[in-house]
Amino acid sequence: MLTKRNLIGVLLGLELILNGANLNFVALGSPTLSGASPGLGLDGQLIALFVIVLAAAEVAVALGIVLSFYHLHGVIDVDEANELKG
Amino acid sequence: MGWIPYLLTTAWLLPLASFLIISFFGQKPGLGGRGSAHVATGAIILSFTCALIAAGLWLYLFPISSSTEHASHLTSGALPRISSREPKQECTLAANRSATELKWCKTHEPQRDLTKFAKHDNSRHEVSFAGSHSSHEDGPSENTAHFPVPTLAGTWWVFAEFGQLKLPIGYYIDALTILMMVMVTLVATCIHIYSWGYMSEELQDTVVDHEITRTDGLPPVVRPGRFHRYFQYLSLFSFSMLGLVLASNLFMVFVFWELVGICSYLLIGFYLERPAAVRAATKAFVVNRIGDFGMLVGIAAFWAATGTVAFTDDSQRPGLFTVAAQLKQFVGEQASAGLKAQGTYLASPGSSEDTQSLTYFLLLLGGLGIFCGCVGKSAQFPLHVWLPDAMEGPTPVSALIHAATMVAAGVYLVGRFYPALTAEALFIIAAVGTVSLFLAGTMALVAKDIKRVLAFSTISQLGLMMFGLGIGGWVAGLFHLITHAFFKALLFLCAGSVIHATHTGDMTQLGGLVRKMPWTAMTMLVGCLAIIGAGIPPWGGLSGFYSKDAILAQAYLLASYGGLLARIFLGVAVLGAFLTGLYIFRLWFLTFAGPSRDPNRLDHAHESSPTMLAPIVTLAVLSVIAGWTVPATGISIPGLLLQADSRPHAFTKSSLWPDWTVPPEADSHAPEIHGPASWLAFSAGMLGVLTATIFYGLRWLDAKLIARLFPIPYRLLWNRWFIDWLYEKVIVTITLRLAQVVAWVDKQIIDTILDGAAGAIRTFAFTEDLFDRRVVDGAVNSIGHFAYRLGSELRRVQTGLLRQYLAIVVASIIILFCLSQFL
Repeated sequence: MLTKRNLIGVLLGLELILNGANLNFVALGSPTLSGASPGLGLDGQLIALFVIVLAAAEVAVALGIVLSFYHLHGVIDVDEANELKG
Repeated sequence: MGWIPYLLTTAWLLPLASFLIISFFGQKPGLGGRGSAHVATGAIILSFTCALIAAGLWLYLFPISSSTEHASHLTSGALPRISSREPKQECTLAANRSATELKWCKTHEPQRDLTKFAKHDNSRHEVSFAGSHSSHEDGPSENTAHFPVPTLAGTWWVFAEFGQLKLPIGYYIDALTILMMVMVTLVATCIHIYSWGYMSEELQDTVVDHEITRTDGLPPVVRPGRFHRYFQYLSLFSFSMLGLVLASNLFMVFVFWELVGICSYLLIGFYLERPAAVRAATKAFVVNRIGDFGMLVGIAAFWAATGTVAFTDDSQRPGLFTVAAQLKQFVGEQASAGLKAQGTYLASPGSSEDTQSLTYFLLLLGGLGIFCGCVGKSAQFPLHVWLPDAMEGPTPVSALIHAATMVAAGVYLVGRFYPALTAEALFIIAAVGTVSLFLAGTMALVAKDIKRVLAFSTISQLGLMMFGLGIGGWVAGLFHLITHAFFKALLFLCAGSVIHATHTGDMTQLGGLVRKMPWTAMTMLVGCLAIIGAGIPPWGGLSGFYSKDAILAQAYLLASYGGLLARIFLGVAVLGAFLTGLYIFRLWFLTFAGPSRDPNRLDHAHESSPTMLAPIVTLAVLSVIAGWTVPATGISIPGLLLQADSRPHAFTKSSLWPDWTVPPEADSHAPEIHGPASWLAFSAGMLGVLTATIFYGLRWLDAKLIARLFPIPYRLLWNRWFIDWLYEKVIVTITLRLAQVVAWVDKQIIDTILDGAAGAIRTFAFTEDLFDRRVVDGAVNSIGHFAYRLGSELRRVQTGLLRQYLAIVVASIIILFCLSQFL
């Protein structure tokens, strides 16, 4: 994600990060790794589900931003988005 | 009875309303022109109507006929027709018995009438009898009792209250007030109407003032016409004078006194483009300030002596007149009983019986102070210099000032304060009056300007009035004030008519106008005859005849008791009558008779318009009849005045100067006093007229020859006894020197101190400014500068590169992780 200049690439990287986090949640939430816990033992999966939902929403917003950015600049280079620099 | 105060107050306030209307709307086209004259004249005519109705009511309520015997007795000398029918009215010089009778009718008859009418009175108006307490108790046998005077006094509104001191706006009405109200409104009405014609030039939008001589070849001064301004001032003048007449206390007197002064200032300086007019107005104002200073002292002294400013008693404390009368009576009794040596009351105020003597001293001081104000206003000897110069104003204004308002105010005030004046103050008044009478009479002989002669004549006649008042002739002096108002107004309006027609008042350029202006000439002749007191002694004559005779009779009475001073007084008064005849007929002959000295002026001359002639003729008629008694009713001006006379029939003694004793006025009407006095006045006046005829009428002798024969007296008179010169050289010069010294001190010393102080403060401020800028502002600015620099340095961190931010975030997380692990 840090090396991509393409916005879509950055978004892709972001999704990967999120998915990585999901994997961590699910894996670390399994009783095998964390031992017995009261309740159903589904905490990891549940948070992963939330993250997926939020990621979907985030992608929708992010793609909208990308689209309007493209309309504005004609490119989708991240380094072009520096109007707010000091 | 309740109506009289309302009527007179209306008469007083109407000119004020007119003044306000013209002030606010005078710039409007309608009121800017004749509209203002309509308003002002309408107001004064209404005022006159109100005053006349009030006078009628007064005569109905307090009839003179209730003391017919007394009144007829009083006027018997002046009106010998009646006295011949009443031979039983014999008044001896000792006069004890007849005096008692006189007082009997006076004390008892009017009282019965008054109590009858007092029932109708509503509670607001107080009917009081000045001095009635003493007359009630003492009975008619006591000589010192005061006569009751029918008086209406009341308060409309209390202007201010300071502890015990109240300053009310009220009215004090007695027969004198009524008479003055009628006289002032009547003369003012005539002058208002006359001004329509005289001031018509002011109606134009632009007036060219030819009187100002431009030496440097510049065009004459052009100014806007000021018709409405003139009538505005006239209204204010009438209002002020009526307020003064109606005043019920010292406070009102002072306020309206000053208002009269400022009005005269405004009107004398009406032609404000003329430097001479401005100088004259300033002179009048400044000279009057000197008199008014004395008046303030007098008012303060009266206030200190009596603790009140009101003339009459109110519910809380006795009024000025009551206190003064009691005090004078007390001192008189003490002096005559020999309990205290004469003069000690004045010599040692504050010793034994301190309060009484101190109060008496204050009373004397108050009387002299008030008279000092009157000397200024009435242009008496030391302060007379403003009046001749005041001729710079428009002629109708001169008439108003000389007849009805300004100078009459002084004599009126002396008459009004008569109960509060001590014998010593009266002596001073008589002396000042005599000096003025003589000096002004002689100065009038050589004056060349027609109005200036009349001005000197006014001073002289006012001196005669003051003299009459001072020697105990209260009725006589005020009677002369009234008659003089009529004929002096007449003379001035005639002079104005001449000036209007010929555009000059210089008698060396006039002459022979009788053919061109017959009406003016004839009416002026009537005025001249009135002022010299023309008449045939046993029968009667014009108005001036009666009033002048009354004063001379009193002087003769005084002289008949002996004493060098009294004889000098009488001599000067007779000399004054001679001078009057001389100067006034010199004026008439020079103006109207003989050949014209300047044919241009004569050709130019024309008779005045009816607007100007109507008031002149009215005043001429009044000048003739003002001294007469209305047939069958006994109403006459002296009779009315006598009604307001509160004095006891007694000799007025001075406790300071034992030789100075004033006989009671009623004695002067005895035939053996009045007859010779009348003949004396008659022959002196006729001698004056004869001399004037020889010199100026028939020109058997040349006046210039006399002037050349006696150069020193001529120069003395021409320069007005060098009094103006003296004031100019001594007082004005000293004042100017003093002013220069003060200015030098001001400029050199006070200014230096002030400049130094200012410089020091400036230096301090400069230092403080530096501190403020460098230290305080520096600290604040450097903090701001630092924040600015910091911000601009930190700005560079924000590169706008998204990936860099992310890298920093990642690095930060790693660093934080490491920190959290290892610390």
